[in-house]
Amino acid sequence: MLGLFRLAVRNALRHKLRTGLTVLGIIVATMAFGLLRTVVDAWYAGADATSANRLVTRNAISLMFDLPLSYRNKIRQAEGVESVSYANWFGGIYIDEKNFFPQFAIDAASYLDLYPEYILSEEEKRAFMRDRQGAIAGRKLAEEYGWKVGDIIPIRGTIYAGNWSFVLRGIYRGADKKTDQTQFFFHWDNLNETVKKREPNRADKVGVYIVSIRDSGRAAEISKEIDAVFANSLAETLTETEKAFQLGFVAMTEAIVIAIEIVSIVIIGIIMAVMANTMAMSARERVREYATMKALGFGPRHLVVLIFAESLTISLSAALAGIALIFPAADFFASKVGTLFPVFNVSEQTLWMAFAAATCIGVVAAVFPAWRAATGSITKGLGSIG
Amino acid sequence: MTNPIVEIRNLSKSYRRGDQIIPVLTDISLTIDEGDFLALMGPSGSGKSTLMNLIAGIDTPDSGSIRVAGVDIAALSESALAAWRANHIGFVFQFYNLMPVLTAYENVELPLLLTALSRRERKERAELVLDLVGLTDRMDHYPSQLSGGQQQRVAIARALVADPTMIVADEPTGDLDRVSAEEILALAERLNMELGKTIIMVTHDQRAAAKAHCIRHLDKGVLDEVVETMD
Repeated sequence: MLGLFRLAVRNALRHKLRTGLTVLGIIVATMAFGLLRTVVDAWYAGADATSANRLVTRNAISLMFDLPLSYRNKIRQAEGVESVSYANWFGGIYIDEKNFFPQFAIDAASYLDLYPEYILSEEEKRAFMRDRQGAIAGRKLAEEYGWKVGDIIPIRGTIYAGNWSFVLRGIYRGADKKTDQTQFFFHWDNLNETVKKREPNRADKVGVYIVSIRDSGRAAEISKEIDAVFANSLAETLTETEKAFQLGFVAMTEAIVIAIEIVSIVIIGIIMAVMANTMAMSARERVREYATMKALGFGPRHLVVLIFAESLTISLSAALAGIALIFPAADFFASKVGTLFPVFNVSEQTLWMAFAAATCIGVVAAVFPAWRAATGSITKGLGSIG
Repeated sequence: MTNPIVEIRNLSKSYRRGDQIIPVLTDISLTIDEGDFLALMGPSGSGKSTLMNLIAGIDTPDSGSIRVAGVDIAALSESALAAWRANHIGFVFQFYNLMPVLTAYENVELPLLLTALSRRERKERAELVLDLVGLTDRMDHYPSQLSGGQQQRVAIARALVADPTMIVADEPTGDLDRVSAEEILALAERLNMELGKTIIMVTHDQRAAAKAHCIRHLDKGVLDEVVETMD
């Protein structure tokens, strides 16, 4: 078999330009496939980074509507609830509208307890807790805008009108690669006090409650219990797992995700046709050689192995190069899109999918030529009738 | 007293072209003895290559029987026939049919990949037959780096390396100049005389046929009864 693999590799390198162009095509396709899959993963990154022990309670009508601050204690009383925190989406503009990043007013102490994946030094945490004007930002966000601890961050309010300024008291890092490090947090009390002065009727309102539960297996039951408490009230609630809450955002842009997924599959389909054409041309040119091998005693099985080995040599060697290039391509892409995708990591699953796609390309491209070589007549192949 | 190595009885073969059935061989009976050197001659389309293909087990007859070395090869399955060819037949083709991506040595080694021989044993055998055909110094050359005569000698070494029962050669000198053709025929004669290999050679060339022990003529698929003996 080793001798056959040697022949397969030599055959693969026989038409250098043709093989080279095919390899180049597979490299580009694998890289594009990996990049697009990473974009899809980035879309779901928020949902992937969630905890099964956290629920989110929001206004049942829409996220646009707030909930009263008084709900906190009632939620806390529900069976199985460990602790409750809350946050408001701020939606401000930093210098220019293009500088988008998520900003939340949070109940700092309880919120940071609920999100241990946001890691702050004790010193920074104390500084943030002490300063009502204080804020913390993720590492990627701070790097993006060149912020340092102590900087004043001016933000123009949109949902909450007026000019706001915060003192950066800490830069958090993520506990793992999945953690979103592009967020900006400041004190809910700061927001509420200012709102009380400017728009008193919007004071003491909370965007979402984050509920920590002891047993993730009881999430549905606890959610129901919380929502039942506020049934028939002026602000009914909808409680769901943090993952379901995040997937709700993804669903709003699902058409884009589906389009990206389709494009990634189409790319593989196109390169599969290119590779199949390469293999079909090669096999057609070697009809006499395959017939000679059969005359020498090589069976159909040997020819199938030979052709599959050649096809897989081309597709997998190109795929390995393409996979290696996914990483720099993803880094380049991430640097260009800034904080649009908070988490943009090439996953192991993406690499395996790219490898599987390349294997599939190699196998599919070899099927027809192998079948023809295995079943073809020796005498016709040798051209020796008469 | 010699043993018959090929026994053909009432062999017929035809090909289909569209709706037409074209008879190529009609009721052929032929016996070839072990160690014989037979030349099959005839005009183009007379059926000589088809007869050789049937004897070599790369084609199957419509009717009749072919026994080669005691085996009814018409009754063998495709995979059994492939294994049988590997053990019993050495092929020499008009256009050499070497693998262009393999060196002379690797081409000669190719049939041995089907055997259980170790790499060292394969090397010994391949080098031995390359020495026999006088190409030891060319073993690392690719076919494109060899002359026609040298390529045909590599092909003969490849045909010989697995020590087959017989060698079938289809116009082995058809693509060679006169000097190279003479060398190849001298080599074939040597294989037959010194190693006792049975050789069946299809040829148009009277000079090539003159090297054989006997010549049989085919015309329109019928074997001439006259046996031309060269001894």
